[in-house]
Amino acid sequence: MLKINKLHKSYPIGDSSLHVLKGINLEVETGEMVAIMGSSGSGKSTLLNIIGMLDEADSGDYILDEVPIKNLTEKKAAIYRNKFLGFIFQSFNLINYKNALENVALPLYYQGLKRKERQEKGKFHLTKVGLLEWADHLPSELSGGQKQRVAIARALAADPKLLLADEPTGALDTTTSYEIMEFLQQLNDEGKTILIVTHEEDIAAMCKRVVRLRDGVIEEDKKVNQVRAGQHV
Amino acid sequence: MIRFLFDRDTWQEVYDSLTKNKLRSVLTMVGVWWGILLLIGLLGSARGLENSFNRLFGDFATNSVFVWSQSTSRPFKGFQEGRRVQLTLSNAEKVRENVEGIEFVVPRNITQSFVVHDFLSGNFGVYGDYPLLDKVQKKNMQFGRFINQNDIDNNKKVVVISEDIYKQLYEKDEEAVASYIQINSINFKVIGVFESEGMGGGPSADMHIPFTTFQQVYNSGDRIGWMMITGRPEFDIKQIEKDAKLILKNLNSIHPDDKRAFGSFNLGKEFAKITGFLTGMQFLTWFVGLATLIAGVFAIGNILLITVKERTKEIGVRRALGATPFEIKRQIVVEAVFITLVAGLFGIISGGWILILLDNAFGQGDEATLVNASVSIAVVFIALLILVTLGTLIGLIPAFKATSVKPIDALREE
Repeated sequence: MLKINKLHKSYPIGDSSLHVLKGINLEVETGEMVAIMGSSGSGKSTLLNIIGMLDEADSGDYILDEVPIKNLTEKKAAIYRNKFLGFIFQSFNLINYKNALENVALPLYYQGLKRKERQEKGKFHLTKVGLLEWADHLPSELSGGQKQRVAIARALAADPKLLLADEPTGALDTTTSYEIMEFLQQLNDEGKTILIVTHEEDIAAMCKRVVRLRDGVIEEDKKVNQVRAGQHV
Repeated sequence: MIRFLFDRDTWQEVYDSLTKNKLRSVLTMVGVWWGILLLIGLLGSARGLENSFNRLFGDFATNSVFVWSQSTSRPFKGFQEGRRVQLTLSNAEKVRENVEGIEFVVPRNITQSFVVHDFLSGNFGVYGDYPLLDKVQKKNMQFGRFINQNDIDNNKKVVVISEDIYKQLYEKDEEAVASYIQINSINFKVIGVFESEGMGGGPSADMHIPFTTFQQVYNSGDRIGWMMITGRPEFDIKQIEKDAKLILKNLNSIHPDDKRAFGSFNLGKEFAKITGFLTGMQFLTWFVGLATLIAGVFAIGNILLITVKERTKEIGVRRALGATPFEIKRQIVVEAVFITLVAGLFGIISGGWILILLDNAFGQGDEATLVNASVSIAVVFIALLILVTLGTLIGLIPAFKATSVKPIDALREE
């Protein structure tokens, strides 16, 4: 599904440069649910951004679904993102003047689907996250948990191969966090591959595998016994 | 691209981003609106002024010069200075034959005469004229006709009077054509009444009788008062004036450098001054209008830049969701073109209203300063085309700005 080999990335800071990722090797199979953990500055977000094609590595290989991701033009990156990836952000990143349904349907717009199809698919995914009756509401009229579920519906809309979540529960209280995690687990049960960046141990424990980063290298990579979020709610 | 333009979402996006900040959008549009309003208003007024000049000179062949004789200022060929010069019919004929580029030469005579009709009378200028006069100084006949060749050939005692004279000599609603008036106690048959016109708008209390009849009645022989020379449009009337004067000096034994012997009034020269002024004004109008327009379009570009800056994060999200840079740019350019176009259309409409107001204020009646103040559809289309072009170009700046930020940086933006 996903294969990363000897990945390096550094950022220039003034005259010197900051070596953020120092040779990452990572392999993720279809249907896995992986938590990427680490303190701030460990490089976990950078890794996720490179996987998400929002950023490019300096060296190393990255193969996604047997497609080598290299030397992408902005246009190609956009098309791959649209086809392969679904993003879930900490701050939801919904477009505030579009209602829930329009937000969910946005990736489909960039896929070039007709309005009617977009509406149908959008409604389908909103139903999936249990927010169909909120379809006409603006993000400002939704609670944090609801916003994140709309964002998840949006990430799912284009039917991506890989879901990338950057601190998906970072802006939510514990109860809501567990609700969101329960939903993500449910998606994983249905076969979606999910990558979650987090620094919360309890969230990581709800994944099937935990990868710990420290100073740009993988410190630990182990399978864990998944804690079902449903037990906490 | 076509599908994109007819897509509801495209316009939803434009609508959303414009209504998100109404005040800013409106203020932006005011710039372009004002520019095109000025352009239309000024161009219309300039056209109105031009039309009113054309109306003033319209019945006149403007490529004309009047030449009359005075007295010599230099002795020549045994003649002393101060000799009175007299133009003759044969002079006029020679000028017509020998000067290049001449269309007509119209010899004319005038005298003041006492004119009586029934119990009404007055002193009026009586002109001896050829039918040709109608060609260079159009007479708008209200009734009857102007002098024709037959009248000339047979020295007919017929007269064409102006509307003003008709009003002075006739009772209201009295039939003038075919009635008789006495000029210097000689009966003349009225064959036509023409509309009083005239430069400066004063009354024109004049009447015209056939040139040959004038010769006979006033015993003027071969002598003419002055001649009106009209040049063909492609010839320079100033040169024609010079050539004609030289021939006349030669014919009348006058020193070639004698400046006083012939007086003249070059209508073409005067007219050129006015049309030159009008052209200048039109240039100024275009200049001012376009400059304002460009300023307005820049205001739009400026606002879009700010908007794009504010929407950096949103654009980042869109790109994370799979929007290509081209799609983002296209959207921003469409926005730019849309607001310039809407503002421009408002400008054109209100410019039209301004012209209507101007027409009501200054465009009514015979003495109107602005006649039919208007702009042609072509000008409107050119203005629109310029707007769309400028809108596209100015939209490109924020469009490139929007996609120059990497999506990852855009997403970090708060």
